[in-house]
Amino acid sequence: MLQLIISEDFFFSMIRITAPILLATLAAIVCEKGGISNIGLEGTMMLAALFGSLASYYAHSWVVGLLVAILAGVVVSALMCFFIYNLQTNMILAGTAVNMIGSGGTIFLVKVITGLTEGTQMTSTTGLITQDLLMPTIDIPLIKDIPFIGPVLSGHCFLTYLTFILVFVTWVILYKTPLGLNIRSVGENPNAASSVGVSVLKVKYYTFIIGGVFCGLAGAFMSIYYAMGWSQGMLAGRGFIALAAQAMGIEPVGGLFASLIFGFAQALRIKFSAVGIDSNICSTIPYIITIIGLVVFAIRRIQNEKKKRSAEALNNK
Amino acid sequence: MSEEYVIQMKEITKVYPNGVIANQGVNLDVKRGEIHALMGENGAGKSTLMKMLFGLEQPTTGQILVNGEEVNLTSPTVAISHGIGMVHQHFMLVPNLTVAENIVLGMTPTKSGIFMDYEKAVSLTEEYSKKFNLIVDANAKVKDIPVGMKQKVEILKALVRGAKILILDEPTAVLTTQETVELFKELKNLKNQGYTLIFISHKLNEIMEITDRMTILRGGKSQGVYNTKDVTPQEISRLMVGRDVILKVEKDKAKPTDEVLRVRDVEFVNDWGKKMLDKVSFSVRKGEILGIAGVEGNGQKELVDILFGFNTANAGTVEVNGVNIKGLNQKQLRDLNISLVPEDRMIYGIAGAASIEENVISDRCEKPEYNKGPIFNMNAIHETSDQLIKDYTVLCKSRDQKVGMLSGGNIQKVVVAREFSNNPKLIIADQPTRGIDVGATEFIRKKLVELSRSGIAVLLVSADLNEVMELSDSLIVMHGGQIAAYFEDTSKLTDEEMGRYMLGIDKQSPEQIKEVCHE
Repeated sequence: MLQLIISEDFFFSMIRITAPILLATLAAIVCEKGGISNIGLEGTMMLAALFGSLASYYAHSWVVGLLVAILAGVVVSALMCFFIYNLQTNMILAGTAVNMIGSGGTIFLVKVITGLTEGTQMTSTTGLITQDLLMPTIDIPLIKDIPFIGPVLSGHCFLTYLTFILVFVTWVILYKTPLGLNIRSVGENPNAASSVGVSVLKVKYYTFIIGGVFCGLAGAFMSIYYAMGWSQGMLAGRGFIALAAQAMGIEPVGGLFASLIFGFAQALRIKFSAVGIDSNICSTIPYIITIIGLVVFAIRRIQNEKKKRSAEALNNK
Repeated sequence: MSEEYVIQMKEITKVYPNGVIANQGVNLDVKRGEIHALMGENGAGKSTLMKMLFGLEQPTTGQILVNGEEVNLTSPTVAISHGIGMVHQHFMLVPNLTVAENIVLGMTPTKSGIFMDYEKAVSLTEEYSKKFNLIVDANAKVKDIPVGMKQKVEILKALVRGAKILILDEPTAVLTTQETVELFKELKNLKNQGYTLIFISHKLNEIMEITDRMTILRGGKSQGVYNTKDVTPQEISRLMVGRDVILKVEKDKAKPTDEVLRVRDVEFVNDWGKKMLDKVSFSVRKGEILGIAGVEGNGQKELVDILFGFNTANAGTVEVNGVNIKGLNQKQLRDLNISLVPEDRMIYGIAGAASIEENVISDRCEKPEYNKGPIFNMNAIHETSDQLIKDYTVLCKSRDQKVGMLSGGNIQKVVVAREFSNNPKLIIADQPTRGIDVGATEFIRKKLVELSRSGIAVLLVSADLNEVMELSDSLIVMHGGQIAAYFEDTSKLTDEEMGRYMLGIDKQSPEQIKEVCHE
């Protein structure tokens, strides 16, 4: 059993699976720092994945597909922001609406745009995305020749590498730029921010847009690389797993580790079902790990708070 | 003239849309480089006046001049551009940001236009911190620093933005004695550097110590400007605390009998380590109304919270009819026949979206007479609620009307209808007539007297002097978390006497105060 796990292709697939979760987690982290509980990540990614795959197909270029996916993510997120902060819609309802459009509205769009009315293609674009339309993979020179490490780290989609770089970029945005300072202050105490002339609304839009870019990248990763096309239910709750990863990770680096745990769980699921363990049992693994993770996280947070409170009490004496 | 005065507010009147007149023809002249006190009781109009000076509100009529020029202060940003800064009582800080980040928020220095120049933020903080001797830790997160330092951060925030005139809204309310001493040193230092300070407070000793001149407000009107060194605390208290007797309540002499509420040596330290109650002891007996007077923030709120189980005392005991109430929840307290008319009726008094009927039966709906097996006995419920609506003259369309739709006075009538009608043995009435119309006020006051004469013990907490002095049979005054005075007979009391105890000029001997325990 252990041999199965400690293998090159297991770790390779774990990294591959982690990438889209991590992108969505980064979106969730930025939003949460800005005081937004964005439960619409799943739907946003869904729409980005669909438009990305369609654009890639019609333009015969993955570059166009990627850009359109990002654009779709940004537009959907900006619309959410408009509904929540300009029209005062409830945040949870707006997120739920986006998720429903992402799962139901997309099928309608596929039908209208592609004109397909029959067969399995009716609910997917998998048939449209051919090998030459996929985002390219990169072999890293030197590293690829190292035994074990080479096959694990090399040969991923360029977007996978970008994703891990984005962890650092997100941290820089949040902690090293004035925008990040504004995002964090608006998220924590909007009154304090507006009292010194920071436009809360503007900052909320920036926050949503950054989240939208990440969702767009995640959508593109799924439909023009990982799953080779868009299909209904292809995300299988990754947008929600990202929310759990955000709650566990809080910070970009924490989000990276949380995402890796979920990537590990998914990879395990695939591995186990490949060796003939009942697939129904295997599919529960990621969700069980999610629940365990959240419980561990909650316990740790409660303990930290307790410790802090007793420290404060000591200070006051 | 214009050279001497940095701020001139002329004939300022502020009428809120709901008709409340907060300021009426108020003049405020502040000289350059002075510490000017703005004094007055709660609701005297101090905050409203300062909100207008900081651009948070606009006057209905009147002019504001800064450095002799008329200005239109439409927002805090405009006020800051005229050199006016405000240190709010409730800090406007972001807890998870560092001190330096909080100070530069909204004007963040950058490196090459993209990255935040954090070193510059720190050096800016340290430069101002040193210049004004306001010692802060630039790299500490705001959530980790003590309250006194948070206040310095707020002052620095205003100074960094170029404020020359600082409004300090009750700056000592949250501070410990040591922190207050420190703050005063810093404020004097600011004054010596040519800054002008407007100091809002109702603590006399602080005003006498630190200010040059003062403007006293009462009931939204100015009572004049005085040089601090020319007035005595007694005069100030007379100007601040006077009242206009509007309502007289007829009541015969109380004949108190057995002790119902027994409070002994209660102490309470709040979350910030400030002692809010210090060895408070008193008793309330059947058939009497004991009033608690005092300027708000002297421990009354904390006391009521403890009496009704919202908080636990750090020391001391509270007994109701011989039962120690420590650790009891509100339902258990109600089972001891304690009723509460809460200060904040919208949060603790009613459920706004529920009907009048649902609100009035909410404390008794589990009783057998209102139930038939597992379901409500609607006939009994309708009967009770209709009777209460009639008895308490609640103006409404029907018992099904949402309470939130009623006027303030009628909402309060719904609260007292419930609280007074469930066979109470002890009624705690916290600001029972705050902000409601004259008719409802008179009704509730009469009801309180009536109930006390029928043998119920009433504890009345009120910031409205007129109310405590008219209604109470005997009265205690709270100051600084302690009982400063006990008066067995309120009818002989004068406003002036009250004012002196409320503002901490006088304090009775422990023996005199101890008499409220009736031992």
